[in-house]
Amino acid sequence: MVPIAYYLVLSAILFSIGVAAFLIKRNIITVFMSIELMLNAVNLAFIAFSRQWSQVTGHLQVNGQIFVFFVMVVAAAEAAVGLAIIIAVFRARNTLNVDSIDLMKL
Amino acid sequence: MHLALFIIFAGLCVAGALNLLLQRHPINSALSLIVVMSSLAVLYLLLGAEFLAAAQVIVYSGAIMVLFTFVIMLLNAGKEERTHGSKLAYIAGFPGAAALLGLLAFIFISRRSSFGQARLGEYLATTSDLSRVLFKDLLLPFEVTSVLILIAILGAVALARKEH
Repeated sequence: MVPIAYYLVLSAILFSIGVAAFLIKRNIITVFMSIELMLNAVNLAFIAFSRQWSQVTGHLQVNGQIFVFFVMVVAAAEAAVGLAIIIAVFRARNTLNVDSIDLMKL
Repeated sequence: MHLALFIIFAGLCVAGALNLLLQRHPINSALSLIVVMSSLAVLYLLLGAEFLAAAQVIVYSGAIMVLFTFVIMLLNAGKEERTHGSKLAYIAGFPGAAALLGLLAFIFISRRSSFGQARLGEYLATTSDLSRVLFKDLLLPFEVTSVLILIAILGAVALARKEH
């Protein structure tokens, strides 16, 4: 028996590490990977809450898991497009450092 | 049994995520992210989400991370260099993330009794339970996602193509 709060705390830990990596990392691919880590942390929270909702209502509820399914689909599409953009940026500027890709900065 | 499995795989998750944060070479970060995603699949299984555990392994640690490692190798990405911006990020990043973690952990721990306990094998969501909702109530969103993926494929091909 594991309290569902433990799963939620684990999800919070993973999300915070993802936020920290997003802010600290300078390589654009690693920044993108920390976004995937945050998405995974939120998925874990969704599944834990779906489980809790099943226990509250007394029968199986899958709405939270459907949410995770759609997050996975969108994450797959986002990864394909994002990595294509990274390849295009690397071709144009020959760098992966986010500090030197600052054309849109004011 | 459940608690032991939870502690082992939660520990693997946190260790992999910290390794992602601390490694300076992107390929090491990608491999530790695969560890995180595979152990998350086991945690999904412990929570009774068997279809999503399989999908996590196939979609995330399979397809998406293979794509990441392909791109890292294709672009021949080396170690990231330290710049002025990274110093600023260290000052703002760690306290901000720690504050977020502290707030969330405090809320979840202080209300732990209202979340209840997860027992192994209870409320197992089988693939047929999930597909019954997906193909009856949510048929339109499900079909729209296939259009989304088609557009994503076309966009990826158009963006990554060499210009002549």
